[in-house]
Amino acid sequence: MKKKRRDLEEAAIRAFFSACGVLAVLALAGIFLTLLVTAVPAFREIKPAEFLLSKTWDPTSPEKAEYGILSMVMSTLMVTGGAMLLAVPIGIAVAAYLSDVAHWRVREILKPVVEILAGIPSVVIGFLGLVLVGPALAKVFHTGNGLNAVNGSVLLAIMALPTIISISEDSLNAVPRAISEASLALGGSRWQTLLRVKLPAGLSGVIAATMLGMGRAIGETMTVLMATGNARAFPHGLLDSVRTMTSGIAIELGEVPYYTTHYYALFAIGLVLFVITFAVNLVADVVLRRYQEREQ
Amino acid sequence: MKKIATIALAALALFGGLLPAAPARKMIQIKGSDTMVNLVQILAEEYMGRTPGAAIAVSGGGSGTGITGLINQTCDLANSSREWKSKEIDQAWEKGVSPRFFVVAVDGLSIVVNEKNPLEKLTVAQVGALYRGDVKSWKAVGGPDQAVSLYGRQSNSGTYVFMQEFVLGNKNFSADMKEMNGNAQIIEGIIQDEGAVGYVGVGYLHDQTGRIRKGLKVLEISKEPGGPGFLPTDKAAVDSGAYPISRPLYMATNGKPKADVARFLAWIVGPEGQAIVEREGFFTVGEGPYKAANDKSFK
Repeated sequence: MKKKRRDLEEAAIRAFFSACGVLAVLALAGIFLTLLVTAVPAFREIKPAEFLLSKTWDPTSPEKAEYGILSMVMSTLMVTGGAMLLAVPIGIAVAAYLSDVAHWRVREILKPVVEILAGIPSVVIGFLGLVLVGPALAKVFHTGNGLNAVNGSVLLAIMALPTIISISEDSLNAVPRAISEASLALGGSRWQTLLRVKLPAGLSGVIAATMLGMGRAIGETMTVLMATGNARAFPHGLLDSVRTMTSGIAIELGEVPYYTTHYYALFAIGLVLFVITFAVNLVADVVLRRYQEREQ
Repeated sequence: MKKIATIALAALALFGGLLPAAPARKMIQIKGSDTMVNLVQILAEEYMGRTPGAAIAVSGGGSGTGITGLINQTCDLANSSREWKSKEIDQAWEKGVSPRFFVVAVDGLSIVVNEKNPLEKLTVAQVGALYRGDVKSWKAVGGPDQAVSLYGRQSNSGTYVFMQEFVLGNKNFSADMKEMNGNAQIIEGIIQDEGAVGYVGVGYLHDQTGRIRKGLKVLEISKEPGGPGFLPTDKAAVDSGAYPISRPLYMATNGKPKADVARFLAWIVGPEGQAIVEREGFFTVGEGPYKAANDKSFK
Protein backbone atom coordinates (compact mmCIF):
# COMPACT_ATOMS: atom_id res chain seq x y z
CA MET A 1 0.00 0.00 0.00
CA LYS A 2 2.72 2.37 1.03
CA LYS A 3 4.75 1.45 -2.04
CA LYS A 4 1.85 2.06 -4.35
CA ARG A 5 1.38 5.54 -2.98
CA ARG A 6 5.03 6.33 -3.47
CA ASP A 7 4.87 5.10 -7.07
CA LEU A 8 1.94 7.41 -7.65
CA GLU A 9 3.86 10.35 -6.19
CA GLU A 10 6.86 9.52 -8.33
CA ALA A 11 4.70 9.47 -11.44
CA ALA A 12 3.06 12.79 -10.54
CA ILE A 13 6.39 14.47 -9.92
CA ARG A 14 7.76 13.05 -13.15
CA ALA A 15 4.74 14.37 -15.07
CA PHE A 16 5.09 17.79 -13.45
CA PHE A 17 8.71 18.18 -14.45
CA SER A 18 8.06 16.90 -17.97
CA ALA A 19 5.26 19.43 -18.28
CA CYS A 20 7.63 22.22 -17.19
CA GLY A 21 10.15 21.16 -19.82
CA VAL A 22 7.51 20.95 -22.53
CA LEU A 23 6.18 24.37 -21.50
CA ALA A 24 9.59 26.00 -21.99
CA VAL A 25 9.87 24.49 -25.46
CA LEU A 26 6.29 25.49 -26.29
CA ALA A 27 6.89 29.08 -25.16
CA LEU A 28 9.96 29.30 -27.37
CA ALA A 29 8.13 27.81 -30.35
CA GLY A 30 5.19 30.14 -29.74
CA ILE A 31 7.38 33.23 -29.62
CA PHE A 32 9.17 32.18 -32.79
CA LEU A 33 5.90 31.51 -34.63
CA THR A 34 4.35 34.81 -33.51
CA LEU A 35 7.42 36.67 -34.70
CA LEU A 36 7.45 34.82 -37.99
CA VAL A 37 3.76 35.28 -38.73
CA THR A 38 3.85 38.99 -37.86
CA ALA A 39 7.12 39.62 -39.68
CA VAL A 40 6.30 37.97 -43.00
CA PRO A 41 3.66 40.52 -44.18
CA ALA A 42 6.39 43.17 -44.10
CA PHE A 43 7.92 41.56 -47.16
CA ARG A 44 4.84 42.15 -49.28
CA GLU A 45 6.17 45.68 -49.69
CA ILE A 46 9.84 45.46 -48.72
CA LYS A 47 12.35 43.48 -50.72
CA PRO A 48 14.20 41.14 -48.34
CA ALA A 49 17.56 42.11 -49.86
CA GLU A 50 16.78 45.79 -49.34
CA PHE A 51 15.65 45.11 -45.78
CA LEU A 52 18.90 43.38 -44.86
CA LEU A 53 21.40 45.38 -46.91
CA SER A 54 20.12 48.96 -47.08
CA LYS A 55 21.53 51.41 -44.55
CA THR A 56 18.56 53.77 -44.53
CA TRP A 57 15.72 53.30 -42.06
CA ASP A 58 13.06 55.99 -42.28
CA PRO A 59 9.57 54.45 -42.28
CA THR A 60 7.76 57.70 -41.51
CA SER A 61 9.56 59.77 -44.15
CA PRO A 62 7.26 62.17 -45.99
CA GLU A 63 9.51 61.74 -49.05
CA LYS A 64 9.98 57.98 -49.37
CA ALA A 65 9.59 55.35 -46.67
CA GLU A 66 12.72 53.21 -46.40
CA TYR A 67 13.24 50.03 -44.45
CA GLY A 68 16.93 49.07 -44.32
CA ILE A 69 18.24 47.57 -41.09
CA LEU A 70 21.96 47.23 -41.87
CA SER A 71 22.85 50.26 -39.73
CA MET A 72 20.94 48.80 -36.77
CA VAL A 73 22.52 45.36 -37.17
CA MET A 74 25.95 46.97 -37.34
CA SER A 75 25.17 49.07 -34.25
CA THR A 76 24.10 46.02 -32.27
CA LEU A 77 27.27 44.14 -33.27
CA MET A 78 29.47 47.12 -32.37
CA VAL A 79 27.93 47.74 -28.98
CA THR A 80 27.82 44.05 -28.03
CA GLY A 81 31.32 43.37 -29.35
CA GLY A 82 32.70 46.34 -27.43
CA ALA A 83 30.93 45.21 -24.28
CA MET A 84 32.38 41.70 -24.55
CA LEU A 85 35.86 43.08 -25.20
CA LEU A 86 35.63 44.89 -21.86
CA ALA A 87 33.61 42.43 -19.83
CA VAL A 88 35.19 39.07 -20.67
CA PRO A 89 38.79 39.78 -19.56
CA ILE A 90 37.68 41.72 -16.50
CA GLY A 91 35.02 39.16 -15.65
CA ILE A 92 37.35 36.18 -15.86
CA ALA A 93 40.05 38.02 -13.93
CA VAL A 94 37.63 38.87 -11.13
CA ALA A 95 36.36 35.29 -11.09
CA ALA A 96 39.92 33.99 -10.83
CA TYR A 97 40.65 36.46 -8.06
CA LEU A 98 37.57 35.44 -6.12
CA SER A 99 38.18 31.71 -6.49
CA ASP A 100 41.96 31.55 -6.07
CA VAL A 101 43.46 34.70 -4.65
CA ALA A 102 41.00 36.41 -2.35
CA HIS A 103 40.84 35.62 1.33
CA TRP A 104 37.63 33.76 2.10
CA ARG A 105 36.33 36.71 4.14
CA VAL A 106 36.85 39.05 1.20
CA ARG A 107 35.09 36.58 -1.07
CA GLU A 108 32.12 36.27 1.28
CA ILE A 109 31.61 40.03 0.98
CA LEU A 110 32.61 40.60 -2.62
CA LYS A 111 30.57 37.90 -4.29
CA PRO A 112 27.18 39.07 -2.98
CA VAL A 113 28.17 42.63 -3.89
CA VAL A 114 28.86 41.57 -7.48
CA GLU A 115 25.55 39.76 -7.57
CA ILE A 116 23.71 42.80 -6.29
CA LEU A 117 25.16 44.68 -9.27
CA ALA A 118 22.99 42.45 -11.47
CA GLY A 119 19.89 43.77 -9.72
CA ILE A 120 20.38 47.42 -10.64
CA PRO A 121 17.54 48.37 -13.00
CA SER A 122 18.69 49.01 -16.56
CA VAL A 123 17.03 52.42 -16.57
CA VAL A 124 19.30 53.50 -13.71
CA ILE A 125 22.40 52.34 -15.56
CA GLY A 126 21.12 54.12 -18.67
CA PHE A 127 20.73 57.33 -16.70
CA LEU A 128 24.29 57.00 -15.41
CA GLY A 129 25.36 56.65 -19.03
CA LEU A 130 23.52 59.82 -19.92
CA VAL A 131 24.82 62.04 -17.12
CA LEU A 132 28.09 60.40 -16.02
CA VAL A 133 29.76 58.03 -18.49
CA GLY A 134 28.73 60.10 -21.52
CA PRO A 135 30.24 63.41 -20.36
CA ALA A 136 33.37 61.58 -19.14
CA LEU A 137 33.83 59.92 -22.54
CA ALA A 138 33.24 63.27 -24.26
CA LYS A 139 36.13 64.75 -22.24
CA VAL A 140 38.47 61.80 -22.84
CA PHE A 141 37.87 61.55 -26.59
CA HIS A 142 37.22 65.27 -27.21
CA THR A 143 33.90 64.64 -28.90
CA GLY A 144 31.03 67.03 -28.27
CA ASN A 145 28.98 64.39 -26.51
CA GLY A 146 29.33 60.89 -25.17
CA LEU A 147 26.18 59.41 -26.65
CA ASN A 148 27.92 56.79 -28.76
CA ALA A 149 28.74 53.11 -29.12
CA VAL A 150 31.54 53.24 -26.53
CA ASN A 151 29.14 54.54 -23.90
CA GLY A 152 26.74 51.69 -24.68
CA SER A 153 29.58 49.17 -24.56
CA VAL A 154 30.82 50.38 -21.18
CA LEU A 155 27.34 50.19 -19.68
CA LEU A 156 26.54 46.81 -21.18
CA ALA A 157 29.88 45.51 -19.93
CA ILE A 158 28.87 46.61 -16.43
CA MET A 159 25.56 44.80 -16.85
CA ALA A 160 27.12 41.63 -18.24
CA LEU A 161 29.86 41.47 -15.59
CA PRO A 162 27.84 40.00 -12.71
CA THR A 163 26.68 37.11 -14.89
CA ILE A 164 30.17 36.44 -16.21
CA ILE A 165 31.86 36.73 -12.82
CA SER A 166 29.34 34.70 -10.90
CA ILE A 167 29.10 31.76 -13.29
CA SER A 168 32.84 31.69 -14.09
CA GLU A 169 33.66 31.69 -10.40
CA ASP A 170 31.27 28.81 -9.80
CA SER A 171 32.85 26.79 -12.57
CA LEU A 172 36.40 27.50 -11.34
CA ASN A 173 35.37 26.42 -7.86
CA ALA A 174 33.83 23.26 -9.28
CA VAL A 175 37.19 22.13 -10.66
CA PRO A 176 38.09 19.14 -8.48
CA ARG A 177 40.66 19.95 -5.81
CA ALA A 178 42.71 16.92 -6.81
CA ILE A 179 43.53 18.46 -10.19
CA SER A 180 44.93 21.70 -8.84
CA GLU A 181 46.66 19.92 -5.94
CA ALA A 182 48.34 17.63 -8.46
CA SER A 183 49.62 20.65 -10.33
CA LEU A 184 50.96 22.26 -7.15
CA ALA A 185 52.54 18.98 -6.08
CA LEU A 186 54.38 18.79 -9.39
CA GLY A 187 55.97 22.12 -8.61
CA GLY A 188 53.64 24.41 -10.55
CA SER A 189 53.25 27.90 -9.12
CA ARG A 190 49.80 29.13 -8.15
CA TRP A 191 49.75 31.34 -11.25
CA GLN A 192 50.66 28.39 -13.50
CA THR A 193 48.07 26.23 -11.80
CA LEU A 194 45.38 28.84 -12.31
CA LEU A 195 46.24 29.64 -15.91
CA ARG A 196 47.17 26.22 -17.27
CA VAL A 197 45.15 23.85 -15.13
CA LYS A 198 42.12 25.41 -13.52
CA LEU A 199 41.04 27.72 -16.33
CA PRO A 200 41.20 25.01 -19.03
CA ALA A 201 39.41 22.61 -16.71
CA GLY A 202 36.63 25.10 -16.05
CA LEU A 203 36.55 26.39 -19.61
CA SER A 204 33.09 25.10 -20.50
CA GLY A 205 31.63 27.07 -17.60
CA VAL A 206 33.59 30.18 -18.52
CA ILE A 207 32.35 29.98 -22.11
CA ALA A 208 28.80 29.46 -20.93
CA ALA A 209 29.17 32.52 -18.67
CA THR A 210 30.46 34.60 -21.56
CA MET A 211 27.59 33.56 -23.78
CA LEU A 212 25.02 34.32 -21.11
CA GLY A 213 26.62 37.73 -20.59
CA MET A 214 26.55 38.30 -24.32
CA GLY A 215 22.89 37.31 -24.48
CA ARG A 216 22.17 39.92 -21.85
CA ALA A 217 24.12 42.53 -23.81
CA ILE A 218 22.48 41.85 -27.19
CA GLY A 219 18.97 41.93 -25.78
CA GLU A 220 19.39 44.90 -23.44
CA THR A 221 17.21 47.79 -24.52
CA MET A 222 16.65 50.58 -22.03
CA THR A 223 20.31 51.22 -21.29
CA VAL A 224 21.38 51.57 -24.91
CA LEU A 225 18.23 53.49 -25.71
CA MET A 226 19.24 56.12 -23.19
CA ALA A 227 22.99 56.16 -23.72
CA THR A 228 23.79 55.74 -27.39
CA GLY A 229 21.89 58.63 -28.97
CA ASN A 230 19.91 56.42 -31.40
CA ALA A 231 20.94 58.27 -34.58
CA ARG A 232 19.78 56.37 -37.65
CA ALA A 233 22.95 57.03 -39.67
CA PHE A 234 25.33 54.14 -40.40
CA PRO A 235 28.03 54.16 -37.69
CA HIS A 236 31.56 54.61 -39.00
CA GLY A 237 33.35 54.19 -35.70
CA LEU A 238 32.87 53.44 -32.05
CA LEU A 239 32.55 57.16 -31.32
CA ASP A 240 29.49 57.55 -33.56
CA SER A 241 25.99 57.59 -32.18
CA VAL A 242 24.32 54.23 -32.84
CA ARG A 243 20.83 52.80 -32.82
CA THR A 244 20.71 49.12 -31.95
CA MET A 245 18.00 46.78 -33.15
CA THR A 246 16.44 46.62 -29.70
CA SER A 247 16.28 50.41 -29.35
CA GLY A 248 14.88 50.67 -32.87
CA ILE A 249 12.01 48.40 -31.92
CA ALA A 250 11.48 50.04 -28.54
CA ILE A 251 11.45 53.55 -29.98
CA GLU A 252 8.92 52.85 -32.68
CA LEU A 253 6.67 50.01 -31.53
CA GLY A 254 4.94 52.14 -28.90
CA GLU A 255 3.17 54.41 -31.32
CA VAL A 256 3.28 52.68 -34.69
CA PRO A 257 -0.12 52.33 -36.39
CA TYR A 258 -1.05 48.65 -36.13
CA TYR A 259 -1.04 46.31 -39.13
CA THR A 260 0.94 48.62 -41.38
CA THR A 261 4.15 47.73 -43.20
CA HIS A 262 6.04 49.71 -40.57
CA TYR A 263 4.46 47.60 -37.81
CA TYR A 264 5.31 44.32 -39.56
CA ALA A 265 8.82 45.56 -40.32
CA LEU A 266 9.47 46.07 -36.59
CA PHE A 267 8.56 42.43 -36.00
CA ALA A 268 10.89 41.51 -38.85
CA ILE A 269 13.70 43.24 -36.93
CA GLY A 270 12.68 41.18 -33.90
CA LEU A 271 12.92 38.04 -36.01
CA VAL A 272 16.43 38.94 -37.20
CA LEU A 273 17.44 39.60 -33.59
CA PHE A 274 15.98 36.25 -32.57
CA VAL A 275 17.96 34.49 -35.32
CA ILE A 276 21.17 36.23 -34.20
CA THR A 277 20.73 35.22 -30.54
CA PHE A 278 19.77 31.72 -31.61
CA ALA A 279 22.96 31.49 -33.69
CA VAL A 280 25.08 32.74 -30.78
CA ASN A 281 23.61 30.10 -28.49
CA LEU A 282 24.02 27.39 -31.09
CA VAL A 283 27.69 28.25 -31.62
CA ALA A 284 28.22 28.31 -27.87
CA ASP A 285 26.61 24.90 -27.57
CA VAL A 286 28.77 23.40 -30.33
CA VAL A 287 31.96 24.89 -28.84
CA LEU A 288 31.06 23.63 -25.40
CA ARG A 289 30.34 20.15 -26.65
CA ARG A 290 33.62 19.99 -28.50
CA TYR A 291 35.54 20.95 -25.36
CA GLN A 292 33.66 18.47 -23.24
CA GLU A 293 34.43 15.69 -25.71
CA ARG A 294 38.11 16.59 -25.67
CA GLU A 295 38.09 16.57 -21.89
CA GLN A 296 36.77 13.04 -21.87
CA MET B 1 -59.68 36.39 -11.03
CA LYS B 2 -56.70 34.75 -12.64
CA LYS B 3 -57.63 36.27 -15.99
CA ILE B 4 -57.74 39.78 -14.59
CA ALA B 5 -54.34 39.32 -13.06
CA THR B 6 -52.98 38.20 -16.41
CA ILE B 7 -54.45 41.22 -18.20
CA ALA B 8 -53.12 43.56 -15.56
CA LEU B 9 -49.70 42.03 -15.87
CA ALA B 10 -49.80 42.26 -19.67
CA ALA B 11 -50.89 45.90 -19.49
CA LEU B 12 -48.13 46.66 -17.05
CA ALA B 13 -45.61 45.01 -19.32
CA LEU B 14 -46.93 46.94 -22.32
CA PHE B 15 -46.92 50.33 -20.67
CA GLY B 16 -43.70 49.54 -18.91
CA GLY B 17 -42.17 49.04 -22.33
CA LEU B 18 -43.54 52.36 -23.53
CA LEU B 19 -42.28 54.28 -20.53
CA PRO B 20 -39.01 55.98 -21.33
CA ALA B 21 -36.11 54.02 -19.85
CA ALA B 22 -33.51 55.95 -17.91
CA PRO B 23 -32.27 58.60 -20.36
CA ALA B 24 -29.61 56.92 -22.54
CA ARG B 25 -26.11 58.22 -21.92
CA LYS B 26 -25.18 60.12 -25.04
CA MET B 27 -21.59 59.49 -25.93
CA ILE B 28 -19.68 62.48 -27.28
CA GLN B 29 -17.70 61.25 -30.30
CA ILE B 30 -14.39 62.99 -31.03
CA LYS B 31 -12.22 62.20 -34.05
CA GLY B 32 -9.21 63.63 -35.79
CA SER B 33 -5.64 64.83 -35.42
CA ASP B 34 -3.11 62.32 -34.17
CA THR B 35 -1.11 65.18 -32.68
CA MET B 36 -4.05 65.95 -30.45
CA VAL B 37 -5.36 62.48 -29.72
CA ASN B 38 -3.32 61.95 -26.54
CA LEU B 39 -4.04 65.40 -25.18
CA VAL B 40 -7.76 65.18 -25.89
CA GLN B 41 -7.90 61.65 -24.47
CA ILE B 42 -6.37 62.89 -21.21
CA LEU B 43 -8.68 65.91 -21.14
CA ALA B 44 -11.66 63.60 -21.71
CA GLU B 45 -10.60 61.22 -18.94
CA GLU B 46 -10.07 64.04 -16.45
CA TYR B 47 -13.39 65.60 -17.43
CA MET B 48 -15.27 62.30 -17.09
CA GLY B 49 -13.64 61.80 -13.69
CA ARG B 50 -15.00 65.11 -12.49
CA THR B 51 -18.36 65.06 -14.24
CA PRO B 52 -20.65 62.15 -13.37
CA GLY B 53 -22.60 60.95 -16.39
CA ALA B 54 -20.28 62.40 -19.00
CA ALA B 55 -19.19 59.93 -21.69
CA ILE B 56 -16.62 60.81 -24.30
CA ALA B 57 -14.92 58.64 -26.93
CA VAL B 58 -11.76 59.92 -28.59
CA SER B 59 -10.11 58.48 -31.67
CA GLY B 60 -7.32 59.61 -33.98
CA GLY B 61 -6.83 59.05 -37.67
CA GLY B 62 -5.52 62.47 -38.61
CA SER B 63 -6.99 65.94 -39.01
CA GLY B 64 -8.59 64.99 -42.34
CA THR B 65 -10.43 62.05 -40.78
CA GLY B 66 -11.91 64.29 -38.12
CA ILE B 67 -13.00 66.95 -40.58
CA THR B 68 -14.67 64.35 -42.84
CA GLY B 69 -16.30 62.87 -39.76
CA LEU B 70 -17.85 66.18 -38.76
CA ILE B 71 -19.02 66.87 -42.32
CA ASN B 72 -20.68 63.43 -42.46
CA GLN B 73 -21.96 63.91 -38.93
CA THR B 74 -20.33 60.76 -37.61
CA CYS B 75 -18.69 62.70 -34.80
CA ASP B 76 -19.59 65.61 -32.54
CA LEU B 77 -16.18 67.23 -32.36
CA ALA B 78 -13.39 67.22 -34.95
CA ASN B 79 -9.79 67.69 -33.81
CA SER B 80 -7.49 69.32 -36.33
CA SER B 81 -3.95 70.56 -36.00
CA ARG B 82 -4.49 72.86 -39.01
CA GLU B 83 -7.13 75.31 -40.17
CA TRP B 84 -9.91 73.89 -42.30
CA LYS B 85 -9.41 74.42 -46.04
CA SER B 86 -12.07 76.58 -47.72
CA LYS B 87 -13.04 73.54 -49.83
CA GLU B 88 -13.80 71.60 -46.65
CA ILE B 89 -15.88 74.43 -45.23
CA ASP B 90 -17.84 74.60 -48.51
CA GLN B 91 -18.45 70.84 -48.39
CA ALA B 92 -19.70 71.17 -44.84
CA TRP B 93 -22.17 73.91 -45.77
CA GLU B 94 -23.47 71.83 -48.69
CA LYS B 95 -24.31 69.04 -46.25
CA GLY B 96 -25.99 71.44 -43.89
CA VAL B 97 -23.14 71.46 -41.37
CA SER B 98 -21.99 74.87 -40.16
CA PRO B 99 -18.63 74.34 -38.51
CA ARG B 100 -17.49 76.49 -35.62
CA PHE B 101 -13.89 76.46 -34.48
CA PHE B 102 -12.36 76.51 -31.03
CA VAL B 103 -8.66 76.82 -30.26
CA VAL B 104 -8.15 74.41 -27.35
CA ALA B 105 -4.34 74.47 -27.11
CA VAL B 106 -1.32 75.74 -28.97
CA ASP B 107 1.31 73.38 -30.27
CA GLY B 108 4.74 74.91 -30.11
CA LEU B 109 8.37 74.03 -29.64
CA SER B 110 11.34 75.77 -28.15
CA ILE B 111 14.68 75.51 -29.91
CA VAL B 112 17.36 75.02 -27.29
CA VAL B 113 21.16 75.10 -27.42
CA ASN B 114 23.96 74.71 -24.90
CA GLU B 115 24.62 77.73 -22.71
CA LYS B 116 28.15 78.07 -24.16
CA ASN B 117 26.82 78.60 -27.69
CA PRO B 118 27.05 82.39 -28.33
CA LEU B 119 24.18 82.30 -30.85
CA GLU B 120 21.01 84.11 -29.74
CA LYS B 121 18.66 83.87 -32.68
CA LEU B 122 17.74 81.68 -35.65
CA THR B 123 15.16 81.92 -38.41
CA VAL B 124 12.66 79.12 -38.96
CA ALA B 125 14.41 78.34 -42.27
CA GLN B 126 17.79 78.02 -40.50
CA VAL B 127 16.34 75.60 -37.94
CA GLY B 128 14.94 73.58 -40.85
CA ALA B 129 18.35 73.53 -42.59
CA LEU B 130 20.04 72.35 -39.37
CA TYR B 131 17.59 69.49 -38.86
CA ARG B 132 17.55 68.41 -42.51
CA GLY B 133 21.32 68.08 -42.21
CA ASP B 134 21.95 70.72 -44.90
CA VAL B 135 24.07 72.70 -42.45
CA LYS B 136 26.74 70.80 -40.54
CA SER B 137 28.55 73.66 -38.77
CA TRP B 138 27.27 76.40 -36.52
CA LYS B 139 29.38 78.83 -38.57
CA ALA B 140 26.91 78.64 -41.47
CA VAL B 141 24.14 80.10 -39.31
CA GLY B 142 26.28 82.77 -37.67
CA GLY B 143 27.61 80.76 -34.77
CA PRO B 144 31.05 79.44 -33.77
CA ASP B 145 33.13 77.09 -35.92
CA GLN B 146 31.78 73.94 -34.32
CA ALA B 147 29.98 70.85 -35.56
CA VAL B 148 26.21 70.80 -35.06
CA SER B 149 24.98 67.95 -32.91
CA LEU B 150 21.25 67.38 -33.45
CA TYR B 151 18.91 66.16 -30.73
CA GLY B 152 15.30 65.23 -31.35
CA ARG B 153 12.43 62.93 -30.48
CA GLN B 154 11.59 59.59 -32.02
CA SER B 155 9.78 59.29 -35.29
CA ASN B 156 6.37 58.55 -33.81
CA SER B 157 6.16 61.41 -31.38
CA GLY B 158 3.84 64.29 -32.16
CA THR B 159 6.65 66.81 -31.81
CA TYR B 160 8.74 64.94 -34.40
CA VAL B 161 5.88 65.14 -36.87
CA PHE B 162 5.23 68.78 -36.02
CA MET B 163 8.90 69.66 -36.63
CA GLN B 164 8.90 67.70 -39.87
CA GLU B 165 5.75 69.32 -41.24
CA PHE B 166 6.19 72.77 -39.87
CA VAL B 167 9.92 73.49 -39.81
CA LEU B 168 11.52 71.00 -42.19
CA GLY B 169 8.98 71.56 -44.96
CA ASN B 170 8.01 67.88 -45.02
CA LYS B 171 11.55 66.75 -45.81
CA ASN B 172 13.50 63.98 -44.10
CA PHE B 173 15.25 64.56 -40.81
CA SER B 174 19.03 64.15 -40.95
CA ALA B 175 19.93 60.55 -40.11
CA ASP B 176 22.64 61.93 -37.81
CA MET B 177 20.04 63.31 -35.41
CA LYS B 178 20.19 61.65 -32.04
CA GLU B 179 16.71 60.41 -31.23
CA MET B 180 16.19 60.65 -27.51
CA ASN B 181 13.66 58.83 -25.43
CA GLY B 182 11.73 61.87 -24.24
CA ASN B 183 12.02 65.61 -23.72
CA ALA B 184 13.91 65.28 -20.44
CA GLN B 185 16.67 63.27 -22.09
CA ILE B 186 17.03 65.84 -24.86
CA ILE B 187 17.61 68.43 -22.14
CA GLU B 188 20.20 66.23 -20.37
CA GLY B 189 21.99 65.70 -23.69
CA ILE B 190 22.11 69.41 -24.54
CA ILE B 191 23.42 70.41 -21.11
CA GLN B 192 26.43 68.11 -21.72
CA ASP B 193 27.06 68.93 -25.38
CA GLU B 194 28.42 72.31 -26.51
CA GLY B 195 27.48 71.80 -30.16
CA ALA B 196 23.96 70.66 -29.37
CA VAL B 197 20.62 71.90 -30.61
CA GLY B 198 17.32 70.36 -29.59
CA TYR B 199 13.59 70.94 -29.73
CA VAL B 200 11.40 70.47 -26.67
CA GLY B 201 8.02 71.47 -25.32
CA VAL B 202 8.13 74.65 -23.28
CA GLY B 203 7.15 72.73 -20.14
CA TYR B 204 10.57 71.09 -19.95
CA LEU B 205 12.74 74.22 -19.91
CA HIS B 206 12.40 75.17 -16.28
CA ASP B 207 13.77 73.75 -13.05
CA GLN B 208 11.83 73.56 -9.78
CA THR B 209 12.38 77.24 -9.06
CA GLY B 210 10.84 78.24 -12.38
CA ARG B 211 14.11 79.42 -13.93
CA ILE B 212 15.50 78.10 -17.23
CA ARG B 213 17.61 75.04 -16.41
CA LYS B 214 21.30 75.67 -15.91
CA GLY B 215 23.35 74.91 -19.00
CA LEU B 216 20.52 75.63 -21.43
CA LYS B 217 19.88 78.55 -23.69
CA VAL B 218 16.55 79.07 -25.41
CA LEU B 219 16.92 80.67 -28.84
CA GLU B 220 14.88 83.53 -30.22
CA ILE B 221 13.13 82.52 -33.42
CA SER B 222 12.20 84.86 -36.24
CA LYS B 223 9.96 84.23 -39.23
CA GLU B 224 12.28 85.86 -41.79
CA PRO B 225 15.96 86.82 -41.82
CA GLY B 226 16.30 90.23 -40.22
CA GLY B 227 12.80 90.03 -38.75
CA PRO B 228 12.15 90.36 -35.04
CA GLY B 229 12.95 87.29 -32.96
CA PHE B 230 10.70 85.95 -30.20
CA LEU B 231 11.22 83.64 -27.27
CA PRO B 232 8.81 80.76 -26.63
CA THR B 233 8.86 81.73 -22.97
CA ASP B 234 7.41 85.12 -23.90
CA LYS B 235 3.74 84.50 -23.14
CA ALA B 236 2.53 87.52 -25.08
CA ALA B 237 4.44 86.48 -28.22
CA VAL B 238 2.97 82.98 -28.09
CA ASP B 239 -0.55 84.24 -27.32
CA SER B 240 -0.49 86.62 -30.27
CA GLY B 241 0.94 84.00 -32.63
CA ALA B 242 4.13 86.06 -33.11
CA TYR B 243 6.36 83.19 -31.93
CA PRO B 244 6.79 81.39 -35.26
CA ILE B 245 7.14 77.72 -34.27
CA SER B 246 3.64 77.39 -32.93
CA ARG B 247 0.24 76.54 -34.34
CA PRO B 248 -3.21 76.57 -32.83
CA LEU B 249 -4.95 73.21 -32.32
CA TYR B 250 -8.62 73.28 -33.16
CA MET B 251 -11.76 71.47 -32.18
CA ALA B 252 -14.71 72.04 -34.48
CA THR B 253 -18.43 71.62 -33.76
CA ASN B 254 -21.45 71.55 -36.00
CA GLY B 255 -23.16 74.84 -35.24
CA LYS B 256 -23.27 76.45 -31.82
CA PRO B 257 -22.13 73.88 -29.25
CA LYS B 258 -24.99 72.56 -27.12
CA ALA B 259 -25.44 70.82 -23.81
CA ASP B 260 -22.71 68.24 -23.07
CA VAL B 261 -20.44 69.35 -25.88
CA ALA B 262 -20.65 72.99 -24.85
CA ARG B 263 -19.89 72.14 -21.21
CA PHE B 264 -16.88 70.00 -22.23
CA LEU B 265 -15.47 72.72 -24.52
CA ALA B 266 -15.96 75.41 -21.90
CA TRP B 267 -14.15 73.22 -19.36
CA ILE B 268 -11.21 72.67 -21.76
CA VAL B 269 -10.64 76.37 -22.43
CA GLY B 270 -11.27 77.16 -18.78
CA PRO B 271 -8.58 77.12 -16.08
CA GLU B 272 -8.80 73.38 -15.23
CA GLY B 273 -8.53 72.27 -18.85
CA GLN B 274 -5.75 74.69 -19.66
CA ALA B 275 -3.72 73.53 -16.65
CA ILE B 276 -3.79 70.03 -18.14
CA VAL B 277 -2.89 71.42 -21.57
CA GLU B 278 0.19 73.04 -20.07
CA ARG B 279 1.09 69.92 -18.08
CA GLU B 280 1.04 67.89 -21.29
CA GLY B 281 3.64 70.17 -22.86
CA PHE B 282 1.42 72.37 -25.00
CA PHE B 283 0.99 76.13 -24.84
CA THR B 284 -2.26 77.41 -23.41
CA VAL B 285 -4.84 79.37 -25.37
CA GLY B 286 -3.92 82.55 -23.52
CA GLU B 287 -5.79 85.82 -23.33
CA GLY B 288 -5.10 87.00 -26.89
CA PRO B 289 -6.88 86.57 -30.23
CA TYR B 290 -7.46 82.82 -29.77
CA LYS B 291 -9.58 83.48 -26.70
CA ALA B 292 -11.50 86.21 -28.49
CA ALA B 293 -12.23 83.83 -31.39
CA ASN B 294 -13.35 81.11 -28.97
CA ASP B 295 -15.69 83.51 -27.14
CA LYS B 296 -17.30 84.40 -30.47
CA SER B 297 -17.74 80.74 -31.42
CA PHE B 298 -19.49 79.97 -28.13
CA LYS B 299 -22.20 82.58 -28.82
